[in-house]
Amino acid sequence: MSALLDNFWILLVLKVVLIAAVVPGVALVFIFAELKISAHMQSRIGPYFAGGRWGWAQPLADGLKFMQKEDLVPADADTPVFKFAPMVVLMSTIAVFVIVPFSPRLIVRDLDLGVFYALAVGSFGTIGVLMAGWSSANKYSLMGGLRAGAQLIAYELPLVLAVVGVVIQAGTMSLNGIVAAQAAPVFEIGDFAVRLPYLLQGQVIGFAIFFIAMLAELNRTPFDMPIAESELVMGYLTEYSGLRFTMFFLAEYAGMFSMSAIAATLFLGGWYLPGLSLDVLEFAGPLILMGKVSLLVFLIIWFRWTFPRLREDQLQRLAWKWLIPLALLNIVGTAVAKVVL
Amino acid sequence: MAIKFPGIGLAKGLWLTLRTLMKRPITINYPKEKEIVVPRARGVIALDVEACTVCMLCARECPDWCIYIEGHKEMQPPAKEGGRPRSRATLDRFDIDYALCMYCGICVEVCPFDALFWSPEYEYSEGSISNLLHDKARLTDWMKTVPTPPQLESK
Repeated sequence: MSALLDNFWILLVLKVVLIAAVVPGVALVFIFAELKISAHMQSRIGPYFAGGRWGWAQPLADGLKFMQKEDLVPADADTPVFKFAPMVVLMSTIAVFVIVPFSPRLIVRDLDLGVFYALAVGSFGTIGVLMAGWSSANKYSLMGGLRAGAQLIAYELPLVLAVVGVVIQAGTMSLNGIVAAQAAPVFEIGDFAVRLPYLLQGQVIGFAIFFIAMLAELNRTPFDMPIAESELVMGYLTEYSGLRFTMFFLAEYAGMFSMSAIAATLFLGGWYLPGLSLDVLEFAGPLILMGKVSLLVFLIIWFRWTFPRLREDQLQRLAWKWLIPLALLNIVGTAVAKVVL
Repeated sequence: MAIKFPGIGLAKGLWLTLRTLMKRPITINYPKEKEIVVPRARGVIALDVEACTVCMLCARECPDWCIYIEGHKEMQPPAKEGGRPRSRATLDRFDIDYALCMYCGICVEVCPFDALFWSPEYEYSEGSISNLLHDKARLTDWMKTVPTPPQLESK
Protein backbone atom coordinates (compact mmCIF):
# COMPACT_ATOMS: atom_id res chain seq x y z
CA MET A 1 0.00 0.00 0.00
CA SER A 2 2.67 2.47 1.00
CA ALA A 3 4.79 1.35 -1.96
CA LEU A 4 1.86 2.19 -4.19
CA LEU A 5 1.52 5.60 -2.55
CA ASP A 6 5.22 6.27 -2.95
CA ASN A 7 4.92 6.13 -6.72
CA PHE A 8 4.73 9.76 -7.78
CA TRP A 9 2.35 9.25 -10.71
CA ILE A 10 -0.14 7.03 -8.88
CA LEU A 11 -0.21 9.49 -6.02
CA LEU A 12 -0.71 12.39 -8.43
CA VAL A 13 -3.63 10.66 -10.16
CA LEU A 14 -5.14 9.84 -6.77
CA LYS A 15 -4.87 13.47 -5.65
CA VAL A 16 -6.34 14.79 -8.91
CA VAL A 17 -9.25 12.36 -8.75
CA LEU A 18 -9.85 13.23 -5.10
CA ILE A 19 -9.89 16.98 -5.82
CA ALA A 20 -12.06 16.51 -8.92
CA ALA A 21 -14.58 14.53 -6.87
CA VAL A 22 -14.50 16.48 -3.63
CA VAL A 23 -14.62 20.05 -4.95
CA PRO A 24 -17.83 19.78 -7.04
CA GLY A 25 -19.37 17.61 -4.34
CA VAL A 26 -18.72 20.20 -1.66
CA ALA A 27 -19.90 22.92 -4.07
CA LEU A 28 -23.21 21.06 -4.42
CA VAL A 29 -23.54 20.92 -0.63
CA PHE A 30 -22.92 24.67 -0.45
CA ILE A 31 -25.51 25.31 -3.17
CA PHE A 32 -28.02 23.33 -1.14
CA ALA A 33 -27.03 25.17 2.04
CA GLU A 34 -27.55 28.48 0.27
CA LEU A 35 -30.99 27.42 -0.98
CA LYS A 36 -32.10 26.35 2.48
CA ILE A 37 -30.53 29.14 4.51
CA SER A 38 -31.75 31.86 2.17
CA ALA A 39 -35.24 30.35 2.32
CA HIS A 40 -35.34 30.30 6.10
CA MET A 41 -33.91 33.82 6.31
CA GLN A 42 -36.90 34.91 4.23
CA SER A 43 -39.28 32.85 6.37
CA ARG A 44 -39.81 30.32 3.60
CA ILE A 45 -39.20 26.56 3.61
CA GLY A 46 -37.18 26.28 0.42
CA PRO A 47 -36.71 23.09 -1.61
CA TYR A 48 -38.71 20.29 -0.10
CA PHE A 49 -39.64 17.54 -2.52
CA ALA A 50 -36.57 16.59 -4.57
CA GLY A 51 -34.98 13.47 -3.11
CA GLY A 52 -37.55 12.87 -0.41
CA ARG A 53 -36.35 14.45 2.81
CA TRP A 54 -35.76 18.25 2.93
CA GLY A 55 -35.28 18.29 -0.84
CA TRP A 56 -31.62 17.34 -0.49
CA ALA A 57 -31.42 16.37 -4.18
CA GLN A 58 -32.39 19.85 -5.40
CA PRO A 59 -28.87 20.90 -6.56
CA LEU A 60 -28.44 17.54 -8.33
CA ALA A 61 -31.80 17.99 -10.04
CA ASP A 62 -30.79 21.52 -11.06
CA GLY A 63 -27.55 20.17 -12.46
CA LEU A 64 -29.41 17.54 -14.50
CA LYS A 65 -31.75 20.22 -15.77
CA PHE A 66 -28.84 22.40 -16.90
CA MET A 67 -27.23 19.44 -18.68
CA GLN A 68 -30.34 18.84 -20.74
CA LYS A 69 -30.44 22.41 -22.00
CA GLU A 70 -29.13 23.43 -25.37
CA ASP A 71 -25.59 24.77 -25.52
CA LEU A 72 -26.42 28.08 -27.19
CA VAL A 73 -23.84 30.35 -28.76
CA PRO A 74 -25.10 33.78 -29.90
CA ALA A 75 -24.73 34.45 -33.63
CA ASP A 76 -22.41 37.44 -33.15
CA ALA A 77 -20.35 35.83 -30.41
CA ASP A 78 -16.65 35.11 -30.69
CA THR A 79 -17.26 31.37 -30.55
CA PRO A 80 -13.92 29.91 -29.39
CA VAL A 81 -13.46 32.57 -26.70
CA PHE A 82 -17.10 32.26 -25.66
CA LYS A 83 -16.78 28.50 -25.28
CA PHE A 84 -13.43 28.65 -23.50
CA ALA A 85 -14.30 31.31 -20.90
CA PRO A 86 -16.20 29.10 -18.39
CA MET A 87 -13.38 26.57 -18.45
CA VAL A 88 -10.85 29.27 -17.52
CA VAL A 89 -12.98 30.40 -14.59
CA LEU A 90 -13.56 26.88 -13.28
CA MET A 91 -9.92 25.91 -13.85
CA SER A 92 -8.56 28.87 -11.89
CA THR A 93 -10.89 28.06 -9.01
CA ILE A 94 -9.98 24.39 -8.84
CA ALA A 95 -6.25 25.06 -9.33
CA VAL A 96 -6.22 26.84 -5.96
CA PHE A 97 -6.80 23.51 -4.22
CA VAL A 98 -3.27 22.44 -5.10
CA ILE A 99 -1.95 24.24 -2.03
CA VAL A 100 -4.86 23.90 0.42
CA PRO A 101 -3.67 21.67 3.28
CA PHE A 102 -6.41 19.36 4.50
CA SER A 103 -4.21 17.62 7.05
CA PRO A 104 -0.45 17.52 7.75
CA ARG A 105 0.05 15.17 4.78
CA LEU A 106 -3.13 15.50 2.73
CA ILE A 107 -2.03 18.28 0.40
CA VAL A 108 -1.47 18.09 -3.32
CA ARG A 109 1.77 20.09 -3.21
CA ASP A 110 3.07 22.18 -0.34
CA LEU A 111 4.61 24.97 -2.39
CA ASP A 112 7.11 27.31 -0.73
CA LEU A 113 5.22 30.23 -2.25
CA GLY A 114 1.81 28.73 -1.50
CA VAL A 115 0.04 31.97 -0.60
CA PHE A 116 1.48 33.70 -3.63
CA TYR A 117 0.41 30.83 -5.87
CA ALA A 118 -3.13 30.84 -4.46
CA LEU A 119 -3.61 34.57 -5.02
CA ALA A 120 -2.05 34.45 -8.49
CA VAL A 121 -4.09 31.49 -9.72
CA GLY A 122 -7.24 32.75 -8.03
CA SER A 123 -7.08 36.05 -9.88
CA PHE A 124 -6.66 34.17 -13.15
CA GLY A 125 -10.46 33.79 -13.16
CA THR A 126 -10.72 37.52 -13.90
CA ILE A 127 -9.48 36.79 -17.40
CA GLY A 128 -12.20 34.19 -17.86
CA VAL A 129 -14.84 36.67 -16.70
CA LEU A 130 -13.53 39.35 -19.07
CA MET A 131 -13.45 36.80 -21.90
CA ALA A 132 -17.05 35.84 -21.20
CA GLY A 133 -18.16 39.47 -21.06
CA TRP A 134 -16.37 40.50 -24.24
CA SER A 135 -17.11 37.49 -26.44
CA SER A 136 -20.85 37.34 -25.74
CA ALA A 137 -21.60 40.26 -28.08
CA ASN A 138 -24.20 41.52 -25.63
CA LYS A 139 -24.32 44.92 -23.95
CA TYR A 140 -25.24 43.49 -20.56
CA SER A 141 -22.46 40.94 -20.75
CA LEU A 142 -19.96 43.62 -21.69
CA MET A 143 -21.04 45.90 -18.84
CA GLY A 144 -20.91 42.99 -16.42
CA GLY A 145 -17.51 41.92 -17.66
CA LEU A 146 -16.09 45.44 -17.34
CA ARG A 147 -17.53 45.85 -13.86
CA ALA A 148 -16.09 42.49 -12.90
CA GLY A 149 -12.70 43.51 -14.27
CA ALA A 150 -12.70 46.79 -12.35
CA GLN A 151 -13.92 45.12 -9.18
CA LEU A 152 -11.57 42.16 -9.23
CA ILE A 153 -8.55 44.36 -9.89
CA ALA A 154 -9.56 46.81 -7.16
CA TYR A 155 -10.07 44.09 -4.55
CA GLU A 156 -7.05 42.04 -5.53
CA LEU A 157 -4.91 44.62 -3.72
CA PRO A 158 -6.55 44.54 -0.28
CA LEU A 159 -6.74 40.76 -0.57
CA VAL A 160 -3.01 40.47 -1.13
CA LEU A 161 -2.14 43.18 1.41
CA ALA A 162 -4.31 41.56 4.09
CA VAL A 163 -2.45 38.31 3.67
CA VAL A 164 0.93 40.03 4.02
CA GLY A 165 0.28 40.54 7.75
CA VAL A 166 -0.07 36.80 8.28
CA VAL A 167 2.94 36.07 6.12
CA ILE A 168 5.07 38.48 8.16
CA GLN A 169 3.89 36.93 11.39
CA ALA A 170 4.46 33.36 10.23
CA GLY A 171 7.67 34.07 8.37
CA THR A 172 6.72 31.67 5.58
CA MET A 173 4.47 31.58 2.52
CA SER A 174 3.89 27.86 2.60
CA LEU A 175 0.34 27.18 3.80
CA ASN A 176 1.37 24.14 5.80
CA GLY A 177 4.11 26.27 7.32
CA ILE A 178 1.56 28.89 8.29
CA VAL A 179 -0.63 26.25 9.97
CA ALA A 180 2.43 24.90 11.79
CA ALA A 181 3.25 28.44 12.93
CA GLN A 182 -0.25 28.76 14.35
CA ALA A 183 0.15 25.40 16.08
CA ALA A 184 3.26 26.66 17.81
CA PRO A 185 2.58 28.02 21.31
CA VAL A 186 2.39 31.79 21.70
CA PHE A 187 3.73 31.57 25.24
CA GLU A 188 4.28 28.75 27.67
CA ILE A 189 3.92 28.54 31.42
CA GLY A 190 5.43 25.21 32.34
CA ASP A 191 3.37 22.53 30.57
CA PHE A 192 0.57 24.91 29.85
CA ALA A 193 0.93 26.35 26.36
CA VAL A 194 -1.40 28.84 24.70
CA ARG A 195 -1.82 28.22 20.98
CA LEU A 196 -3.83 30.77 19.04
CA PRO A 197 -4.86 31.14 15.42
CA TYR A 198 -3.72 34.36 13.75
CA LEU A 199 -7.21 35.84 14.05
CA LEU A 200 -6.63 35.98 17.82
CA GLN A 201 -3.01 37.02 17.46
CA GLY A 202 -3.86 40.53 16.34
CA GLN A 203 -4.85 39.87 12.74
CA VAL A 204 -8.49 40.92 13.28
CA ILE A 205 -8.21 43.82 10.84
CA GLY A 206 -6.37 41.61 8.39
CA PHE A 207 -9.11 39.00 8.59
CA ALA A 208 -11.89 41.59 8.18
CA ILE A 209 -10.18 43.08 5.11
CA PHE A 210 -9.49 39.62 3.67
CA PHE A 211 -13.12 38.61 4.19
CA ILE A 212 -14.54 41.74 2.56
CA ALA A 213 -12.13 41.49 -0.37
CA MET A 214 -12.98 37.81 -0.65
CA LEU A 215 -16.68 38.63 -0.97
CA ALA A 216 -15.82 41.08 -3.75
CA GLU A 217 -13.56 38.57 -5.50
CA LEU A 218 -16.35 36.01 -5.42
CA ASN A 219 -18.88 38.53 -6.80
CA ARG A 220 -21.13 37.85 -3.85
CA THR A 221 -23.68 40.34 -2.57
CA PRO A 222 -23.10 43.11 -1.39
CA PHE A 223 -20.50 43.22 -4.16
CA ASP A 224 -22.41 41.46 -6.94
CA MET A 225 -22.48 44.37 -9.40
CA PRO A 226 -20.99 42.28 -12.22
CA ILE A 227 -24.00 39.96 -12.08
CA ALA A 228 -26.61 42.39 -10.71
CA GLU A 229 -29.80 40.69 -11.87
CA SER A 230 -31.90 43.82 -11.47
CA GLU A 231 -29.59 46.00 -13.58
CA LEU A 232 -27.66 43.80 -15.99
CA VAL A 233 -29.94 40.76 -16.39
CA MET A 234 -27.15 38.39 -15.35
CA GLY A 235 -24.03 40.34 -16.33
CA TYR A 236 -21.40 38.28 -18.08
CA LEU A 237 -23.53 35.14 -17.59
CA THR A 238 -26.43 36.50 -19.64
CA GLU A 239 -25.73 34.58 -22.85
CA TYR A 240 -24.64 31.34 -21.23
CA SER A 241 -26.89 28.33 -20.97
CA GLY A 242 -26.70 24.65 -20.25
CA LEU A 243 -23.43 23.09 -19.21
CA ARG A 244 -21.37 26.25 -19.65
CA PHE A 245 -23.63 28.14 -17.25
CA THR A 246 -23.31 25.21 -14.85
CA MET A 247 -19.53 25.58 -15.00
CA PHE A 248 -19.77 29.25 -14.00
CA PHE A 249 -22.25 28.34 -11.29
CA LEU A 250 -20.05 25.56 -9.96
CA ALA A 251 -17.02 27.87 -10.14
CA GLU A 252 -18.83 30.39 -7.93
CA TYR A 253 -19.48 27.87 -5.19
CA ALA A 254 -16.15 26.09 -5.61
CA GLY A 255 -14.63 29.58 -5.33
CA MET A 256 -16.47 30.06 -2.05
CA PHE A 257 -14.94 26.79 -0.90
CA SER A 258 -11.40 27.61 -2.00
CA MET A 259 -11.39 31.17 -0.68
CA SER A 260 -12.91 30.07 2.63
CA ALA A 261 -10.37 27.27 2.88
CA ILE A 262 -7.53 29.74 2.36
CA ALA A 263 -9.04 32.19 4.85
CA ALA A 264 -9.51 29.37 7.36
CA THR A 265 -5.93 28.23 6.86
CA LEU A 266 -4.42 31.70 7.12
CA PHE A 267 -6.48 33.15 9.94
CA LEU A 268 -8.29 30.34 11.75
CA GLY A 269 -5.58 27.73 12.04
CA GLY A 270 -6.49 25.43 9.14
CA TRP A 271 -6.59 21.75 10.07
CA TYR A 272 -5.16 22.44 13.51
CA LEU A 273 -7.24 22.42 16.66
CA PRO A 274 -5.52 22.97 20.02
CA GLY A 275 -5.51 19.92 22.23
CA LEU A 276 -5.34 17.27 19.52
CA SER A 277 -2.17 15.34 18.79
CA LEU A 278 -0.70 15.13 15.29
CA ASP A 279 -1.76 11.48 14.88
CA VAL A 280 -5.39 12.41 15.50
CA LEU A 281 -5.12 15.46 13.25
CA GLU A 282 -3.95 13.21 10.42
CA PHE A 283 -7.55 11.96 10.24
CA ALA A 284 -9.52 14.70 11.95
CA GLY A 285 -7.73 17.47 10.04
CA PRO A 286 -9.99 17.49 6.97
CA LEU A 287 -13.07 17.53 9.21
CA ILE A 288 -11.72 20.41 11.29
CA LEU A 289 -10.86 22.39 8.17
CA MET A 290 -14.30 21.68 6.70
CA GLY A 291 -15.90 22.85 9.93
CA LYS A 292 -14.05 26.15 9.76
CA VAL A 293 -14.82 26.47 6.04
CA SER A 294 -18.53 25.84 6.70
CA LEU A 295 -18.49 28.59 9.31
CA LEU A 296 -17.04 31.05 6.79
CA VAL A 297 -19.40 29.90 4.05
CA PHE A 298 -22.33 30.44 6.38
CA LEU A 299 -21.01 33.94 7.02
CA ILE A 300 -20.83 34.56 3.24
CA ILE A 301 -24.38 33.33 2.72
CA TRP A 302 -25.59 35.30 5.73
CA PHE A 303 -24.06 38.50 4.32
CA ARG A 304 -25.57 37.83 0.91
CA TRP A 305 -29.11 37.58 2.21
CA THR A 306 -28.79 40.56 4.55
CA PHE A 307 -27.06 43.37 2.71
CA PRO A 308 -28.20 45.24 -0.37
CA ARG A 309 -25.90 45.74 -3.33
CA LEU A 310 -23.40 48.62 -3.24
CA ARG A 311 -23.15 51.20 -5.99
CA GLU A 312 -20.20 50.98 -8.35
CA ASP A 313 -18.53 54.16 -7.03
CA GLN A 314 -19.13 53.12 -3.42
CA LEU A 315 -17.42 49.85 -4.19
CA GLN A 316 -14.34 51.56 -5.59
CA ARG A 317 -14.26 54.09 -2.74
CA LEU A 318 -14.40 51.29 -0.16
CA ALA A 319 -11.49 49.50 -1.80
CA TRP A 320 -9.17 52.41 -2.52
CA LYS A 321 -9.95 54.80 0.33
CA TRP A 322 -10.56 52.42 3.19
CA LEU A 323 -9.40 48.85 2.69
CA ILE A 324 -6.02 49.50 1.06
CA PRO A 325 -4.85 52.17 3.59
CA LEU A 326 -6.12 49.99 6.44
CA ALA A 327 -4.31 46.98 5.04
CA LEU A 328 -1.11 48.99 4.72
CA LEU A 329 -1.47 50.17 8.34
CA ASN A 330 -2.03 46.56 9.32
CA ILE A 331 1.20 45.56 7.59
CA VAL A 332 3.13 48.34 9.32
CA GLY A 333 1.64 47.44 12.69
CA THR A 334 2.36 43.74 12.25
CA ALA A 335 5.92 44.39 11.09
CA VAL A 336 6.62 46.70 14.04
CA ALA A 337 5.13 44.20 16.47
CA LYS A 338 7.16 41.39 14.91
CA VAL A 339 10.40 43.34 15.27
CA VAL A 340 9.75 44.74 18.75
CA LEU A 341 8.26 41.66 20.44
CA MET B 1 -29.10 60.89 23.90
CA ALA B 2 -28.47 57.58 22.21
CA ILE B 3 -24.98 57.19 20.84
CA LYS B 4 -24.95 56.04 17.24
CA PHE B 5 -22.11 53.72 16.46
CA PRO B 6 -21.03 53.71 12.83
CA GLY B 7 -22.03 50.49 11.12
CA ILE B 8 -24.60 49.61 13.76
CA GLY B 9 -27.15 49.21 10.94
CA LEU B 10 -25.11 46.40 9.42
CA ALA B 11 -25.16 44.53 12.72
CA LYS B 12 -28.89 45.14 13.10
CA GLY B 13 -29.51 43.73 9.65
CA LEU B 14 -27.46 40.64 10.40
CA TRP B 15 -29.30 40.16 13.68
CA LEU B 16 -32.65 40.39 11.91
CA THR B 17 -31.81 37.75 9.30
CA LEU B 18 -30.32 35.48 11.97
CA ARG B 19 -33.48 35.79 14.07
CA THR B 20 -35.66 34.99 11.07
CA LEU B 21 -33.44 32.01 10.30
CA MET B 22 -34.14 30.59 13.75
CA LYS B 23 -37.88 31.15 13.58
CA ARG B 24 -40.41 28.79 12.02
CA PRO B 25 -41.14 29.73 8.40
CA ILE B 26 -44.55 31.28 7.91
CA THR B 27 -45.10 29.48 4.61
CA ILE B 28 -46.33 25.87 4.54
CA ASN B 29 -45.75 22.89 2.28
CA TYR B 30 -48.87 23.43 0.26
CA PRO B 31 -49.98 20.09 -1.15
CA LYS B 32 -48.98 18.26 2.03
CA GLU B 33 -50.13 20.80 4.56
CA LYS B 34 -53.02 23.12 3.97
CA GLU B 35 -53.82 26.53 5.21
CA ILE B 36 -57.02 26.82 7.25
CA VAL B 37 -58.91 29.41 5.28
CA VAL B 38 -61.09 31.94 7.03
CA PRO B 39 -64.84 31.20 6.66
CA ARG B 40 -65.50 34.38 4.71
CA ALA B 41 -62.67 33.84 2.24
CA ARG B 42 -63.59 34.52 -1.39
CA GLY B 43 -62.66 31.22 -2.96
CA VAL B 44 -65.37 30.32 -5.41
CA ILE B 45 -69.00 31.34 -6.03
CA ALA B 46 -71.71 28.74 -5.44
CA LEU B 47 -75.19 28.80 -6.97
CA ASP B 48 -78.47 27.78 -5.39
CA VAL B 49 -80.52 26.88 -8.47
CA GLU B 50 -83.81 26.76 -6.56
CA ALA B 51 -83.49 30.40 -5.48
CA CYS B 52 -82.47 31.78 -8.86
CA THR B 53 -85.19 33.59 -10.79
CA VAL B 54 -83.15 34.32 -13.95
CA CYS B 55 -83.42 38.04 -13.23
CA MET B 56 -80.01 38.60 -14.88
CA LEU B 57 -79.01 41.24 -12.34
CA CYS B 58 -75.74 39.46 -11.55
CA ALA B 59 -74.82 39.05 -15.21
CA ARG B 60 -75.52 42.73 -15.84
CA GLU B 61 -73.65 44.01 -12.80
CA CYS B 62 -70.61 41.80 -13.40
CA PRO B 63 -67.73 44.21 -14.26
CA ASP B 64 -65.96 41.79 -16.56
CA TRP B 65 -69.04 39.98 -17.84
CA CYS B 66 -68.03 36.52 -16.83
CA ILE B 67 -71.55 35.26 -16.02
CA TYR B 68 -73.59 33.67 -18.78
CA ILE B 69 -77.29 33.10 -18.15
CA GLU B 70 -79.95 31.64 -20.39
CA GLY B 71 -83.50 30.80 -19.40
CA HIS B 72 -87.01 30.45 -20.69
CA LYS B 73 -90.57 30.89 -19.45
CA GLU B 74 -92.66 27.84 -18.68
CA MET B 75 -96.41 28.01 -18.23
CA GLN B 76 -97.57 26.62 -14.90
CA PRO B 77 -101.00 25.05 -14.60
CA PRO B 78 -103.39 27.33 -12.75
CA ALA B 79 -103.32 27.10 -8.99
CA LYS B 80 -107.11 26.91 -8.77
CA GLU B 81 -109.58 25.39 -11.17
CA GLY B 82 -110.61 27.90 -13.75
CA GLY B 83 -107.71 30.19 -12.99
CA ARG B 84 -105.23 31.72 -15.35
CA PRO B 85 -102.01 29.73 -16.09
CA ARG B 86 -98.97 31.46 -14.63
CA SER B 87 -95.54 31.74 -16.25
CA ARG B 88 -92.42 30.74 -14.37
CA ALA B 89 -88.79 31.45 -15.36
CA THR B 90 -86.60 28.36 -15.66
CA LEU B 91 -82.82 28.40 -15.68
CA ASP B 92 -81.25 26.67 -18.70
CA ARG B 93 -77.69 27.81 -18.37
CA PHE B 94 -75.72 29.51 -15.61
CA ASP B 95 -71.98 29.61 -16.23
CA ILE B 96 -69.28 31.57 -14.47
CA ASP B 97 -65.99 31.89 -16.30
CA TYR B 98 -63.36 31.87 -13.54
CA ALA B 99 -60.70 32.73 -16.09
CA LEU B 100 -62.35 36.16 -16.28
CA CYS B 101 -63.79 36.52 -12.77
CA MET B 102 -61.97 39.01 -10.58
CA TYR B 103 -63.63 37.92 -7.34
CA CYS B 104 -65.19 41.31 -6.65
CA GLY B 105 -68.32 39.70 -5.24
CA ILE B 106 -70.72 42.20 -6.77
CA CYS B 107 -72.91 39.36 -8.10
CA VAL B 108 -73.23 37.92 -4.60
CA GLU B 109 -74.09 41.34 -3.22
CA VAL B 110 -76.60 42.21 -5.90
CA CYS B 111 -78.58 38.94 -6.02
CA PRO B 112 -82.03 39.83 -4.67
CA PHE B 113 -82.99 36.23 -3.86
CA ASP B 114 -79.75 35.02 -2.23
CA ALA B 115 -78.97 32.51 -4.91
CA LEU B 116 -75.22 33.18 -4.98
CA PHE B 117 -72.80 32.45 -2.10
CA TRP B 118 -69.13 32.73 -1.41
CA SER B 119 -67.34 29.46 -0.66
CA PRO B 120 -63.79 29.37 0.74
CA GLU B 121 -62.82 26.50 -1.55
CA TYR B 122 -59.84 27.45 -3.75
CA GLU B 123 -58.46 24.28 -5.32
CA TYR B 124 -60.00 24.33 -8.77
CA SER B 125 -57.04 25.15 -11.00
CA GLU B 126 -57.15 23.50 -14.40
CA GLY B 127 -54.71 22.46 -17.09
CA SER B 128 -56.84 24.02 -19.77
CA ILE B 129 -58.29 27.50 -19.52
CA SER B 130 -61.62 26.38 -21.00
CA ASN B 131 -62.18 24.13 -17.99
CA LEU B 132 -62.36 27.19 -15.78
CA LEU B 133 -65.87 27.81 -17.13
CA HIS B 134 -67.98 26.28 -14.37
CA ASP B 135 -71.45 25.25 -15.49
CA LYS B 136 -74.65 25.12 -13.51
CA ALA B 137 -74.03 21.61 -12.13
CA ARG B 138 -70.55 22.48 -10.93
CA LEU B 139 -71.68 25.77 -9.38
CA THR B 140 -74.44 23.88 -7.59
CA ASP B 141 -71.85 21.41 -6.35
CA TRP B 142 -69.95 24.22 -4.66
CA MET B 143 -73.02 24.79 -2.45
CA LYS B 144 -71.82 21.86 -0.30
CA THR B 145 -68.71 23.81 0.64
CA VAL B 146 -70.52 26.99 1.65
CA PRO B 147 -70.19 27.40 5.42
CA THR B 148 -73.26 28.15 7.46
CA PRO B 149 -73.43 31.85 8.17
CA PRO B 150 -72.49 32.88 11.70
CA GLN B 151 -75.27 33.57 14.19
CA LEU B 152 -76.53 37.10 14.33
CA GLU B 153 -75.53 38.97 17.40
CA SER B 154 -78.36 38.97 19.92
CA LYS B 155 -79.19 42.14 21.75
